[in-house]
Amino acid sequence: MSLMNTFPSRFEVVRDMDKCIACGRCVVECGHGVHRFVKGTKKLAADERRCVNCYRCVAACPTGALKIIPNRQAVNESSNWSAANRREIALQAESGGVLLSGMGTVKNYPLYWDKLLINAAQVTNPSIDPLREPMETRTYLGRSAAEIRRDGSGRLISDLPPHLTLETPILFAAMSYGAISYPCHEALARAATELGTFYNTGEGGLHPDLYRYGAHTIVQVASGRFGVHRRYLEAGAAVEIKIGQGAKPGIGGHLAGAKNVGDISRTRMIPEGTDAISPAPHHDIYSIEDLRQLVYSLKEATRYEKPVLVKIAAVHNVAAIASGIARSGADIIVIDGLRGGTGAAPTQTRDNVGIPIELALAAVDARLREEGIRNHVGLVASGTIRNSADIVKAIALGADAVAIGTAALIAMGCHMCHSCHTGNCSWGICTQRPELVRRLDPDEAKAHLVNLVTAWTREIKELMGGMGINSIEALRGNRLMLRGVGLTDAELRILGVRHAGE
Amino acid sequence: MKIDAQTTDPHQLPRLIRQAEGAVEVDHCLGQRFLGTALEAGRTLTIRGVPGNALGAYLDGGVIEVYGNVQEATGDTMNEGKIIIHGSAGDATGYSMRGGSILIEGDVGYRAGIHIKSYGDKSPVLIVGGAAGSFLGEYQAGGLILVLGLGCEDRAPYGYFCGTGMHGGRIVVRSDHIPVNLPDQVVPQDLTADEIEALRPHLEAYCEAFGVPMSRLLPHRFYALTPNTKSPYRQLYAMS
Repeated sequence: MSLMNTFPSRFEVVRDMDKCIACGRCVVECGHGVHRFVKGTKKLAADERRCVNCYRCVAACPTGALKIIPNRQAVNESSNWSAANRREIALQAESGGVLLSGMGTVKNYPLYWDKLLINAAQVTNPSIDPLREPMETRTYLGRSAAEIRRDGSGRLISDLPPHLTLETPILFAAMSYGAISYPCHEALARAATELGTFYNTGEGGLHPDLYRYGAHTIVQVASGRFGVHRRYLEAGAAVEIKIGQGAKPGIGGHLAGAKNVGDISRTRMIPEGTDAISPAPHHDIYSIEDLRQLVYSLKEATRYEKPVLVKIAAVHNVAAIASGIARSGADIIVIDGLRGGTGAAPTQTRDNVGIPIELALAAVDARLREEGIRNHVGLVASGTIRNSADIVKAIALGADAVAIGTAALIAMGCHMCHSCHTGNCSWGICTQRPELVRRLDPDEAKAHLVNLVTAWTREIKELMGGMGINSIEALRGNRLMLRGVGLTDAELRILGVRHAGE
Repeated sequence: MKIDAQTTDPHQLPRLIRQAEGAVEVDHCLGQRFLGTALEAGRTLTIRGVPGNALGAYLDGGVIEVYGNVQEATGDTMNEGKIIIHGSAGDATGYSMRGGSILIEGDVGYRAGIHIKSYGDKSPVLIVGGAAGSFLGEYQAGGLILVLGLGCEDRAPYGYFCGTGMHGGRIVVRSDHIPVNLPDQVVPQDLTADEIEALRPHLEAYCEAFGVPMSRLLPHRFYALTPNTKSPYRQLYAMS
């Protein structure tokens, strides 16, 4: 008997037969193949083992007859051995395979965002009402001029290195076409354009129909170099070299041949049906000097008109690495933390490798300032930015801007079933199955993204106003605006903040 | 247009080449990097001396001919065009190239042709006259790497870990030697007379570029390394 068949399913599909009209809508809506008609009858059945609780059938049921609940079946577990441990062991004992997961880690690592408190002005430094007074959230990302030079007649010589100008310090994180669907990419591109910020192609290339949003696009170059050519590099507002990703530091990418079809293969510029393998390392980068070479070859290819970003995962010695990157000629460093999301990653890597973004960000900012090179680069933080307060805290810890991936997906309809790696997303987000992709309306998704970022920007202004700060510049690296609660001395030291009450 | 690299600011040299119209010749080249980046179709660049790293990166149809050796990362991610090297080439030559061809008269360093791939009507060709270093054609996904092994007839003309992670394309070698420690992911097989004949246009391109008589290459044993379908480069995943 199959081991997995002897293991209880995670969820129960509860169908209220008084309400069910056997219309079969749930059969059509489920991307995971849970619901079906019993052959030759009008009776509905559910294969609960396939259910990931994506909520699609519940939302679609016209009579509200469905409910997905955690399986009530008692599973023997202990404080050492959870049901999830046991299920994974059974799965691997049966298949001999490496565990694969989608989205960010589910493990309970400390969330420092929730242990940091924001200051407010009282009496001596009046707070500001953002509805009455101008609040500046415009952010420039890139290298700042090291020195001010004037020409013979005293005019400023403005040979500033290229920058990205963001109307709000929020970028959309890199998510490739192939991992997510075309309407998702279109929605991100159009939202970024409307909001005056940027989205990121990820490493899957840029679809020809989206070139028109190039002024708000960051094009990515990863080790597999998929879809990278002169026009692609010229199309974007900036070029990002992907070294690592918070959800899977040290791991490359692998788009299975089955997913590499149609437009995906054309956009990646590889034959249909072949595996798209991004090796873990760039085989031409073994040192900061080598990184510098790639940075400058990309600058040459884009005529020094576009900033170059380098994205790394937050790992143990991230501060030293970032210091090297700042000296490599890169204009912007993107640091992606332990809790960042992914379309697919080996579970053990996702759940155990890297460090939280809050500590990494604080350590990098402190190190770059110590070395006097903080103004050589822009700093972007990502990996569980869940709300506007997280953004304010990130900026106070030293970020110039943040990137949001999971939050953007949720705004487009993601229900966090952590099953991106199956390619069966019922919401049309993390899938390439045409009948599922069609479900995502890019107009609606774009509107939701715009709403979310607009709302967060308003909240950032509120929080800034409360602190008596009217410009995001004055918040950046302003750790006096933060206090820690329930943190150890080591954590406070690394974060560079004092304990609440101090 | 003719440029003397010796008397030109090395940081300005790539820009001068980019902005020039028509054919460009660079003399006395000595380690200047990023020459001919993304050079378009219809442009030619002739270099005498030794250009530095990342020559012809993202090449987009241009033709680069070098009378001398070249350093690392030549033709990185090139899309189209041709690079002819009258000498030897350094490491990571042709990294991730998607189209066009690189012809090297002599030897090539480590990690040549890593991750080269084909797409549509594009199929990159990397021809090495002499021998290649280790890690040749790792992660190869498409295209052709042709190693002629001239002057290296007593052993396999490439080093360790040839074709690790290979999942497409071919490495063709003119040699009597197949190392015993080839990675599991590649299988060697001798070329038939017809297959060698099909290779002739590439051999002719080499002979023509470097003035080598065909009699030095043929007749000879050739064998191909292709991905081993029985031991594919893939991780087995457990999906619940």
